[in-house]
Amino acid sequence: MFASCADPKSIEGLTWAMCYLTSGKHLDFYWSFLTVLLLLALTAPAALAMGFAGATAARSRLLPVSLLGKGYAAIVRGVPDIVFFLFFVIALDQGLEYLKSLAVCENPVWPWQGLEFRVCPEAKIPLGKSSAFWHQAYGFALAVFTFALVFGAFAANVLYGAMNAVPRAQLETAEAYGMSHGQVFRRILVPQMWVYALPGLSNLWMILIKATPLLFLLGVKDIVYWARELGGSKTQAYEYPHPDWRLWYFLGLLVFYLLFTKVSEIVLARISARLNHGQATAGGEALRKAAA
Amino acid sequence: MKNLLLATALIAVSGAAFAQDVVRLGTEGAYPPFNFINDAGEVAGFEREVGDELCKRASLTCEWVTNEWDSIIPNLQSGNYDVIIAGMSITDERDEVIDFSQNYFPPASSAYVAMAADADLKGVVAAQVSTIQAGYVAESGATVLEFATPDESVAAVRNGEAVAVFADKDFLVPIVAESNGELMFVGEEVQLGGGVGLGLRESDTELKDKFNAAIQSMKDDGSLNALIEKHFGAEAAKF
Amino acid sequence: MTCWETVQAYAFRSLGFGENLLPRSDFTLCQQITLIGSGMLWNIYFGVLALAFGFFLAVAVALAKSSPRALVRKPAEWFVFLFRGSPLFIQFFLAYEALQMLPKAGINILGITVETAWTTRAWAGALLVLFLNTSAYAAEIFHGALKSIPKGDLEAAEAYGITGWQKFRRIQWPTMLRLAWPAYTNEAIFLFHATTLVFFSGFPAFRQMGDALYYANYFADKTFNPFVPYPIVAVYFILLTLLVTWIFAVVNRRLNRHLPSNVKSRIRLRPQLIR
Repeated sequence: MFASCADPKSIEGLTWAMCYLTSGKHLDFYWSFLTVLLLLALTAPAALAMGFAGATAARSRLLPVSLLGKGYAAIVRGVPDIVFFLFFVIALDQGLEYLKSLAVCENPVWPWQGLEFRVCPEAKIPLGKSSAFWHQAYGFALAVFTFALVFGAFAANVLYGAMNAVPRAQLETAEAYGMSHGQVFRRILVPQMWVYALPGLSNLWMILIKATPLLFLLGVKDIVYWARELGGSKTQAYEYPHPDWRLWYFLGLLVFYLLFTKVSEIVLARISARLNHGQATAGGEALRKAAA
Repeated sequence: MKNLLLATALIAVSGAAFAQDVVRLGTEGAYPPFNFINDAGEVAGFEREVGDELCKRASLTCEWVTNEWDSIIPNLQSGNYDVIIAGMSITDERDEVIDFSQNYFPPASSAYVAMAADADLKGVVAAQVSTIQAGYVAESGATVLEFATPDESVAAVRNGEAVAVFADKDFLVPIVAESNGELMFVGEEVQLGGGVGLGLRESDTELKDKFNAAIQSMKDDGSLNALIEKHFGAEAAKF
Repeated sequence: MTCWETVQAYAFRSLGFGENLLPRSDFTLCQQITLIGSGMLWNIYFGVLALAFGFFLAVAVALAKSSPRALVRKPAEWFVFLFRGSPLFIQFFLAYEALQMLPKAGINILGITVETAWTTRAWAGALLVLFLNTSAYAAEIFHGALKSIPKGDLEAAEAYGITGWQKFRRIQWPTMLRLAWPAYTNEAIFLFHATTLVFFSGFPAFRQMGDALYYANYFADKTFNPFVPYPIVAVYFILLTLLVTWIFAVVNRRLNRHLPSNVKSRIRLRPQLIR
């Protein structure tokens, strides 16, 4: 990055530290913080959508749909996320390519030959000749989907509970006004449930933040991967040899996660105060008293 | 993002038929001097140079990808890359599920490293989980202590958690050399595996033939030996 | 080797009994199910002990956190923040590093040498981390429950002249447990799931004795097929989760047995109460 860094082994002290901390690998490390934040920003709404779909399905009056919704939440929640990540992404990738092969290959064959998975080159996602960026983007999208699927199951559970927590009387009143089933759902149930869902969703957000170290299992190089890689002891084969510094890198990550948690807590407390405003709950009552 | 995937598109000089097909090379990026991520964030090391040279000789456009060691074979089977070039020893059990090219690195010695010359090699010995070395230690009657990365297994000897570490000698040599006499080789060297080869899908026979021919040509003109000497020192075993 | 012989050889392999060498070729489904099931013993060991010890620390921390005295309250708040605010992954790593810094020869306390080598073993070190972690999460749940105790209950108790320890023992404690129980069930499930991280990233496996995920990883590596061993782990965990849910539901019924049946809080995952 700097001209003085051209020969790292001849410099020392502060200059060495400067050069070391701005090496290409460290820049990748800094970028990975953004990767993690981007993943969180994409996963949270996706998981919420999955959860909403799951909760709505679980409430359905059609038995198969309701079983599907409940089964999704129960099964995915029963499995440790790490176990899920270890085989699900490969399965998902193969499944997508199989579906694509049915559409684009000239004479699609069953692709699973023993342990090997083989589809025609046109069915690869992304195509073999695509640039590295697309491979990376595809891997990232798979990671987002997998995270959303796992956390969507938890969100479904929270939202299902929240929908049941909306006072029955409010729904009955709406029905008495002649609203249809769908209208009650859209106009009363969904707007009212958020206040009950928020504490659970906040917790889920906290868990999601803390699940990001598992990202490297999904092929996305996250901050923990880079901290481990950078901190490990380096021999003279590297430009910046150093002993085992993992402890310092991990302490840095600890501070990052604690700060992130703190900021999240503050923001979520504000949202909670806003949602509680004017609600007929203990929280709403407390707000009324504080204002008076 | 762009640096996360380490792509090098080598310009194919000839062979228009396969010029547009990119061959993806999968490596671990955590096993110096075979392969590691250098300070610029790119795949580097012995295999980087060998791989680039092989692709040039076989007129292939290649691209580097890194993958966790644990899932490196399933991801090859699944088609996420086409070649494993990750210091992978040719063993019978691996050969049953994937194909290997001829070796581009002679059968490697594995060695024990400890803090004291009289270390008890039947005591607690550290190794990287799911390597041929870990299996060997378990069979030798010693108590195997398994770590996720080779780095941690060496760290375990330094802090007294294990009396010795058992790993590829070529991986250990620079570590011992730079330890200021703290670490030393002990016991006998052991020959494991049939050398290091490229891992390919069993159905990719055409690609395998190309790489075999390229490796042979590198062996014949001595360029492979030169690379081995460059990365592993003058004493390393050569072809 | 028949399946029954496999079970005899490997059912307690994770604890160090039975066949010393793991299967090396001709892998059968029976071997995978047996060994992975054997590994589940570790998951259960970590989960049960961490929960059992953690329960008491959690109650203590929750009470400290509710204390009006800053000297008592602040440390409790920091403890909870530290362990809830950071990934378990990092906690395992830092704990392992810290435990390694203990002198290997043992510590001399008042002339008695205390051995320290065992602290870096998973059975002790990882248990310690899981214990502190679950204590922090459960403390937050219990703290929330303490705050939600109806004010009227406490006033009524005081009107009857019940104060201090008696008030806690007879009014606050049972109500707190009853309110916190559904969330505590979730915490227990999460804790069992978290035990899979012990050998995966935190602590080294000793003599190839590891948990369910460790053996699944072993088989995935040897058979090159992740689609058999990992789903086996998943099924074991679904069964374990069902069992945990059932046991906690039994306790929940007991905690709520005095209430009229129509207001009994069923064990359903109350939204504010997930970890």
